[in-house]
Amino acid sequence: MSGIPHDHYEPTTNGEKWLHKRLPIVGLLYDTIMIPTPKNLNWMWIWGIILTFCLALQIATGVVLVMHYTPHVDLAFSSVEHIMRNVNGGHMIRYLHMNGASLFFVAVYAHIFRGLYYGSYKAPREITWIIGMLIYLLMMGTAFMGYVLPWGQMSFWGATVITGLFGAIPFIGEAIQTWLLGGPAVDNATLNRFFSLHYLLPFVIAGLVIVHIWAFHTTGNNNPTGVDVRRGSKEEAAKDTVPFWPYFVIKDLFALAVILAVFWAIVGFMPNYLGHPDNYIEANPLVTPAHIVPEWYFLPFYAILRAFTSEVWVVQFASFITGGIVDAKFFGVIAMFGAIIAMALAPWLDTSSVRSGRYRPMFKWWFWLLVIDFFALMWLGAMPAEEPYASFSLIASAYWFAYFLVILPLLGVIEKPLPQPATIEEDFDAHYGKASQSTPAE
Amino acid sequence: MFKKLLVSAIAAIAIAPGAAMAAGGAGHVEDFEFSFEGPFGSFDQNQLQRGLQIYTEVCAACHGLKQVPIRTLADEGGPNLPADQVRAYAEFYEVYDPELDDLRPAKPTDHFPGSGLETAPDLSMMAKARAGFHGPYGLGLNQLFKGMGGAEYIASLLSGYTGEEKEEAGTIFYENTAFPGGWIAMAPPLSDELVEFADGHANDVHHLAADVSAFLMWTAEPKMMARKQAGFVGVLFLTLLSVLLYLTNKRIWAPLKGKKTS
Ligand code: HEC
Ligand code: HEM
Repeated sequence: MSGIPHDHYEPTTNGEKWLHKRLPIVGLLYDTIMIPTPKNLNWMWIWGIILTFCLALQIATGVVLVMHYTPHVDLAFSSVEHIMRNVNGGHMIRYLHMNGASLFFVAVYAHIFRGLYYGSYKAPREITWIIGMLIYLLMMGTAFMGYVLPWGQMSFWGATVITGLFGAIPFIGEAIQTWLLGGPAVDNATLNRFFSLHYLLPFVIAGLVIVHIWAFHTTGNNNPTGVDVRRGSKEEAAKDTVPFWPYFVIKDLFALAVILAVFWAIVGFMPNYLGHPDNYIEANPLVTPAHIVPEWYFLPFYAILRAFTSEVWVVQFASFITGGIVDAKFFGVIAMFGAIIAMALAPWLDTSSVRSGRYRPMFKWWFWLLVIDFFALMWLGAMPAEEPYASFSLIASAYWFAYFLVILPLLGVIEKPLPQPATIEEDFDAHYGKASQSTPAE
Repeated sequence: MFKKLLVSAIAAIAIAPGAAMAAGGAGHVEDFEFSFEGPFGSFDQNQLQRGLQIYTEVCAACHGLKQVPIRTLADEGGPNLPADQVRAYAEFYEVYDPELDDLRPAKPTDHFPGSGLETAPDLSMMAKARAGFHGPYGLGLNQLFKGMGGAEYIASLLSGYTGEEKEEAGTIFYENTAFPGGWIAMAPPLSDELVEFADGHANDVHHLAADVSAFLMWTAEPKMMARKQAGFVGVLFLTLLSVLLYLTNKRIWAPLKGKKTS
């Protein structure tokens, strides 16, 4: 692997040499686990491990659930209850899987906002960022389809509303929707294909995770200063970095244990807190729930979807110039996907050459406003579509777009950044003091 | 198609106002004290047995518990009935046996029957399908401190009748302070001293409502005790692991970090 200079694996015994000539897998694992990592990484760099753990947890619990689950409209709901009541440990497996999805999204949002603050998306890590965005999109697809499987009221009506979005696409929308659903409405065919894809997509995600890691192992990790690791020589690089094992493995495992303690408390003591009570009612196409609310992790983008009603002038304008082809519903769909695309384009929208928000006095404020905006949108997504929430949603959605499309490009031009440390070592020593010996023990 | 579904959905709301509105908030829910609340709370076996009796004598006339296997009445952490009592209890019900193509007395391995009255919802998971507490401002913080409140909702519903009635389209609706929308199609099922307990336990509406609600919490979440225990053990273990990893981490990094100077 190219990148930061460091020691590579050398086979010593005959057996190792034999294997290495034929399949250098030990070397690959060694280089991966011993990768030089900026030594000043802070606690916001733990989320990657949490995410990897979540994927493993969802796959492990999911595989067991599948052994007892029946993807049929008449049986799905009861089969989940069968898991809850009769399968050994089934209730814990199911609650772990259910809440595991939430932990997954907590981690992915923290991970994304970490990247936004420290400029991790900037050159040369654009590919890492884009792959991350793809993973995020697939996670949303997977979680959405998983939520349909227990075949409760929210499963059914959530699926109806979300697939209805595709029906909003002009001309071909209804055909696409029918194709997605496998019929004119959410039914057995829908449940079956969602089940199939819900099993498949996590493995696609796993593949992308490997590419994601490969990409940032090639460029090296970003760090809280955004300053590059010195790469002139092995010795120089060693002053800025430590090997991933054991330094960050242990640190990450510690963080994982703390987070899992909280997670386990939620699973053990309030497993339904993040869910919707209506999903304990079996799906009924004839009875619409009073409020159809998606899972919490979809709410910010759901709020953006609903914000653009036909009263909004941008929508009226779009409708006017397209001769009515773009109506409010379609505009909302564009806005929702656009919000994620805008975020994915951040590497090219941000004009500042300074990576880390630490050294960007104006950027900081706008960034934290974006964080607040995100939570505001999340709250608004759960509120009924009426005033004053509708107006708030519109303002909050507008800020989301303004941040990526206007503020990021402008700030790079008008902002005067603060001085950055020359090296990572300097930053580390300023935080923790210089170690008494010049080289670490071991 | 989406439109068609919506139209049929709206029609359905008009036909079954109660069921469709029930998901909304608005009713008043009293915060009952249940023994199973909090991380260490557990089901009160006697209360579950009383609840079972109330369910059997009153609610079962209209409602069902189709997700609940009768044998689980013997479960520890549940009503914990002796096996022979469960067998005797099962025979109280008749179930359809596809092999005989006829009705036969139920066995413990059978489930409770479903609802006898078509408009009465199945109660198996009712205590999880309703949330008593919401807010404030839709933030769900109350649920964090008081629990989801499903059992509280049912107890408040059963004891929340005002005595007012009205007739609409041939159905009689009863005013109820807990029911969202305020008018429910279920006649007040409980009244003082409706059910007599062998041990002479209090049987006013308030007590009966609490007992049957506790029972319905159990039918909805029969593994609650096992779950909390697993939660407790897991949290303890992970906390310990965190401490050990914290110390290891500190130790590993110590040589790299000097004394803080600034
Ligand atoms: C005479 C028949 C009858 C009896 C007896 C009866 N119910 Fe009901 N119950 C109904 C009907 C009908 C509904 C639907 C009401 C509606 O949706 O307006 C209902 C609805 C309910 C609901 C759901 C309310 C909601 O939020 O949608 C609960 C909970 C409930 N009953 C509990 C009980 C309990 C507990 C008992 C025994 C103490 C009981 N019922 C006895 C007929 C009955
Ligand atoms: C990216 C990883 C995954 C995510 C985010 C995810 C998410 C979800 C969610 C949100 C549910 C609904 C839970 C509920 O409300 O009951 C669900 C259900 C389910 N998932 Fe997954 N899942 C993932 C991976 C998997 C995998 C790999 C499998 C199978 C191998 C699987 C099998 C199932 C099954 C059978 C159900 C239905 C049972 C149930 O509802 O509890 N999942 N999933």
